[in-house]
Amino acid sequence: MKYKYLIARRITQAVVLFLFFAGNAFEWKILKGNLSSAKVFDVISLSDPFAVIQSFSAGASVTKDVLLGAFIIFLFYAVLGGRVFCGWICPVNMITDAANKLRSYFQLDEVWKSWEIRRSIRYWAMGLSLILSIVLGVAAFEWISPIGMLHRGVIYGIGLGWAFVLTVFLFDLFAVKNGFCGHLCPLGGFYSLTGRFGFLRIGYDRDKCTSCMKCVDICPEKQVLHMVGRQSGAVLSGECINCGRCVEVCDDNAVNFSNIYSK
Amino acid sequence: MMPERRSFILNSLKSLGLATAGGLVWGGFIEEGRSAPLILRPPGAVPEKQFIASCIKCGMCVEACPYEALKLATPGENKPIGTPYLIPRINPCRMCKDIPCVPACPTGSLDKALVSDKDESGETKLNIDLAKMGLAVIDRETCIAYSGIQCDACYRACPLIDKAITVEYTRNVRTGKHAMLAPVVHSKACTGCGMCEKACVTKKASIFILPREIAMGESSERYVKGWDERDENRLKDVPEKVTTETPRSEKKAVDYLNEEF
Amino acid sequence: MNISRRDFLKTTAAVSAATAIGMAVPDELKAIAKETEAGWRWDKSVCRFCGTGCGIMVATKDDMIVAVKGDPAAPVNMGLNCIKGYFNAKIMYGADRLTEPLLRVNDKGEFDKKGKFKPVTWEKAFDEMAKQFKKHYSALGPTGVAVFGSGQYTIMEGVAAVKLIKGGFRSNNIDPNARHCMASAVAAFMQTFGIDEPAGNYDDMHYADSIILWGANMAEMHPVLWSKVTDRKLSKPDWVKIVNISTFANRCSSISDVEIIIKPSTDLAILNYITREIVYNRPDAIDWDFVNKNCVFATGPVDIGYGLRPQVDHKKYKPGELDTAGKEAFKIITKEEAQAMSALGIKEGQKMEMKNAKTPDNHWLISFDDFKKGLEPYTLDFVAALAKGDPDESIEDFKKKLVTLVDLYAAKERKVTSFWTMGFNQHIRGTWVNEQAYTVHLLLGKQSQPGNSAFSLTGQPSACGTAREVGTFSHRLPSDMVVANPKHREISEKIWKLPEGTLNPVPGSHYMKIMRDLEDGKIKWVWVQVNNPWQNSANMNHWITAAREMDNFIVVSEAYPGISAKVADLILPSAMIFEKWGAYGNAERRTQHWRQQVTPVGHAMSDTWQMVEFSKRLTLAEVWKEHKISPEVTLPNILEKAKAMGYKETDTLFDVLFANNEAKTYKWPDPVGEGFMNSEAAGDKRNVEGFKGYGFFLQKYLWEEYRKFTLGNGHDLADFDTYHKVRGLRWPVVDGKETLWRFNSEYDPYAKAANTGQFAFYGKAFKELPSGDLLGPKGEEKVKFPNKAKIFLRHYIDPAEIPDNEYPLWLSTGRVLEHWHSGTMTMRVPELYRAVPEAVCSMNPKDAKTHNVKDGDLIWVESRRGKVKVHVETRGRNNPPRGLIFVPWFDEHVLINKVTLDATCPISKETDFKKCAVKIYKA
Repeated sequence: MKYKYLIARRITQAVVLFLFFAGNAFEWKILKGNLSSAKVFDVISLSDPFAVIQSFSAGASVTKDVLLGAFIIFLFYAVLGGRVFCGWICPVNMITDAANKLRSYFQLDEVWKSWEIRRSIRYWAMGLSLILSIVLGVAAFEWISPIGMLHRGVIYGIGLGWAFVLTVFLFDLFAVKNGFCGHLCPLGGFYSLTGRFGFLRIGYDRDKCTSCMKCVDICPEKQVLHMVGRQSGAVLSGECINCGRCVEVCDDNAVNFSNIYSK
Repeated sequence: MMPERRSFILNSLKSLGLATAGGLVWGGFIEEGRSAPLILRPPGAVPEKQFIASCIKCGMCVEACPYEALKLATPGENKPIGTPYLIPRINPCRMCKDIPCVPACPTGSLDKALVSDKDESGETKLNIDLAKMGLAVIDRETCIAYSGIQCDACYRACPLIDKAITVEYTRNVRTGKHAMLAPVVHSKACTGCGMCEKACVTKKASIFILPREIAMGESSERYVKGWDERDENRLKDVPEKVTTETPRSEKKAVDYLNEEF
Repeated sequence: MNISRRDFLKTTAAVSAATAIGMAVPDELKAIAKETEAGWRWDKSVCRFCGTGCGIMVATKDDMIVAVKGDPAAPVNMGLNCIKGYFNAKIMYGADRLTEPLLRVNDKGEFDKKGKFKPVTWEKAFDEMAKQFKKHYSALGPTGVAVFGSGQYTIMEGVAAVKLIKGGFRSNNIDPNARHCMASAVAAFMQTFGIDEPAGNYDDMHYADSIILWGANMAEMHPVLWSKVTDRKLSKPDWVKIVNISTFANRCSSISDVEIIIKPSTDLAILNYITREIVYNRPDAIDWDFVNKNCVFATGPVDIGYGLRPQVDHKKYKPGELDTAGKEAFKIITKEEAQAMSALGIKEGQKMEMKNAKTPDNHWLISFDDFKKGLEPYTLDFVAALAKGDPDESIEDFKKKLVTLVDLYAAKERKVTSFWTMGFNQHIRGTWVNEQAYTVHLLLGKQSQPGNSAFSLTGQPSACGTAREVGTFSHRLPSDMVVANPKHREISEKIWKLPEGTLNPVPGSHYMKIMRDLEDGKIKWVWVQVNNPWQNSANMNHWITAAREMDNFIVVSEAYPGISAKVADLILPSAMIFEKWGAYGNAERRTQHWRQQVTPVGHAMSDTWQMVEFSKRLTLAEVWKEHKISPEVTLPNILEKAKAMGYKETDTLFDVLFANNEAKTYKWPDPVGEGFMNSEAAGDKRNVEGFKGYGFFLQKYLWEEYRKFTLGNGHDLADFDTYHKVRGLRWPVVDGKETLWRFNSEYDPYAKAANTGQFAFYGKAFKELPSGDLLGPKGEEKVKFPNKAKIFLRHYIDPAEIPDNEYPLWLSTGRVLEHWHSGTMTMRVPELYRAVPEAVCSMNPKDAKTHNVKDGDLIWVESRRGKVKVHVETRGRNNPPRGLIFVPWFDEHVLINKVTLDATCPISKETDFKKCAVKIYKA
């Protein structure tokens, strides 16, 4: 099946979202809360480590429960690969992927040139989140996070949050290709750093490669595939979201899921 | 200067500038939402400043509330986005004995200690009567009980009837044959649950919940009511030392005295 | 004239303030205020709700009610209202108001008991109704049809109903929901004074020094009167004392000096304790002069049953019910009962057969010595142990309270007013307990004087004015007359211009019996007017099944879709209070009239119109033929006599009862209605199915004809026009003057005419009785004692059902301030709905703990008869003692009457909604 990873990702995203929704709507116990903090079967705490760091910066005393939850999540993504979150869990991925799909469908890249902004902005944004959290005494990114708004919106009702989500969509559609997830999102930045030494990797085999560049075209974080056409090896950058699109589009079996220990 | 170095510095400055600009806009947006003071928090909420720092917006309290009274703020409501709140007129807090929303909070933003005390056996137990979500305030001009109508819907709706709301009895001078039964709120007992605001039958509620910091004044810290023995307790923690200052006392005494007429 | 908004506000405020304090308002200001209310027409009316009878002013504009205000000129409320009265302007405009007749039909549009409701024309509705009537009437006779009437009928509606059902159908099966609320009071008035309704008036509250509440939660049920009581308390806070006697703590306790929480039904014992204390230990307190001149002593049988079905193994009983049902045949005497009735030689463990269940109202005269002997067992120790209702209160505290209660009654210098409502009336011995209250007042000589008053408060706006005075009960005729009395029938037939022998001498089925007869297939055609029987009747699972599953035809005249409408076969949309001419009579005998203010909504028509239209479909030949009522009684064929009076066999009841020559002399238009509409007399702008009006002033005719019943017998009412000039008058109205305190010659011309000194209890009923001892009458000889009241000895007996291991809790039901009765009106007022959207179960926190439930939990409340789901409340307005729960009945989602027991006072046939045994568990 050609798009197995895409389908698998959509299923994962939808199931996680639905379980959270059902936690509120039908009082299912599998997953209660939301991506900021959750309980699994009313027992295991999970928390968003970046939100916890912001909260801590804002001057809040952090409870053991939350700390443990944040540690579990941090460990999970640190081991697995940080941005697995972005590719497989985060609901905004569906929005930005949709924008990207439309973008290529209407071939917008050929009509206008995408604005050039630096991908490193996310690290600035991450730093700024922490600084603003310290200065203002609130978890600064959580306050404006379209991820939170969309996710909570699905579970509890969205209010005007749709405007923020739409902004992200339009920004990605018309302004910058892969603009939000690939450039701005400080949480993406956070997980890029977290997953720097993660286990799950994309492996590239130069020998099989015909340099068609389909993988680079499809990749939302092109810079991580800098080795394509040059040399074999694993994608080492933490910015890779492990979405597997490159694996799917490669007709030559040159790109595959691999691990950090393979060469 | 080397072009690369120059470009690096310029790029850095550009980023810094952008970051500052972004930070200002971002910070301004937060400040805007944060300065909306009329938000009513679930029971056991730590002081607002602390609350917005520690609340992780997980919605566990919302999910725990059996009456679906709690909501998470969404953009456009001019409230700290993602944080829980109540609108008493629509769906007030029912003051559940086991306060399910409080233990559900993972961050301690809803603090058990604030709604717990010791029962007869000395065991620490949740006690919703200690909640201080807000304070009921009465607009006596629109409250129909204050004009002699036999209403008191708020009084009867109050879960702490005869403690948080009592009825003040006065004679109706106009008719000479009826009494006025007017509700009076007592801040010590009122939890701000909002059952009264919901029950109020005037078009817009004549009794409504405000955050306590806004609804309440504060008495002088150097005067004790002579007829109220408990009033002294209020001053227990007031520092002994005090220097009063007014515009009149700005100048040192000597400087003033040495001034020309 | 140019006035700014600020000027406008100032002037309207000044005008209302000035009017309120009776100040003269400068004409110029008046003119400005008028202009701002341009297009509004203010007219006086009455509050739609309780028996207090507050006067209101109603503003109409463009044929809509736009505002109400308390009428500052109304003596009762002087401009004030309660929370319900405040919303009179909103009750008629609910979004789901019934606006057209609805009939259950099949696919072909024919009536089908199992069909769905579809709108039909009035024509079709009446056709089907008449077809069904004739079918069941010819098969079962006059006893096969019935009407559930109301204490919320206007007086004229009540008159039309009694005339149609008793005079037209020759059936006595009309009984009002007032049976559920005032019948015990009525029976006690009749037995004690020989005439119905309170002697005093609301001014008693302003004179009384001791105000004793017996099962009367005035703070919620009579809020405006409660504000008067409160005012009296505030006027002399240390001297005036209020005692609240109830089975659970309620809002009246807030300003009460003494709160006495009693076990259900033990008020019977407490009143005997008070009397015993006076007779044995404080004989000086007895006003012997008063007693000797104005009173006799009396008692009656105790083995009178519980008003349940006489057939204790009736096939419609569910097995679980049989236990309680059996009490109607006999009961095993308990230790307490044995002690209470020891003077009658009754022993513990003895089987008491209910021999007098068919003759519960028998009574006879006794001597004072017998009276005294009968009271002997009711000592403080015995009564306190029996009556203490709060298990967590110490017996010593409780005894102290009882002693204080006696002090507050007996002290010579204290004027005492006792108030009671449903706590007394809805009671398996409601008549007795009413009588016991009079006993205390009469012994002390504290009756019929300002502030000295045993005052039975009425629940409904016209339970007095209509149900009782007009006599819409199964045994009554207007002005305290009864169908069983040939003389009374003769008087009524004369006034109504009916042939001699028209009226049926056999009392009809009372409210509960109509339900039971329906279940037994003895009644098959029922018309419900201005009340909600399938929500307000105890043990309702039976009656719902009977209505829906059996062959019968239920017509419900309603303004809103409620439970009774749901079980109906035909629904007729009724006009509401301000959409018709009317009059109500309140608890202090005050009769108040109002005019029609607006056109009814949709195709709704008044109940009077509905009855009059229906009467057109029945010819004399169909109803005035011979009817066999029972093996002993046959109603004669009166057609010949009717012909002699000038009627034809083909004439309809309409021609005889409503559109006769006398009626037509009441012309419309009439000066009293100038500028007002009268949908019945002249039709209205809607031209409903071409109805153009009857051409005469129907309501005035009904009033003036009814008035003839009242004149000269102590019930005198004024003429129609007078009531439109005044804010009500308290009857008897003699020579244009109302009567403030009846039976007192200082105030009451009838008492004066009796010429027996200061007092004369001149009521005529039951004033000739045999004498005897505590066990029964001796000999046949009867003694006459005109102008005297009876001091009754009545005993304590257990209720029909008491909590046990399986059903460990008492259930009491009642009302809340925010809602009226079954909530059909008030649940449609958004503000009232929001204030109290659902009925909750009040419970003691300790009981909640024992049953492992907490505030807000949904529980089942289950009795031997049925169960309902309801949320628990352990805090709040009502605080029951351990062992008792309270659930109000207004909420159709909490049909608590599925749970209640249909036991009644055997004398009054009023249901006891306050006592049955239940269990609770988490839903």
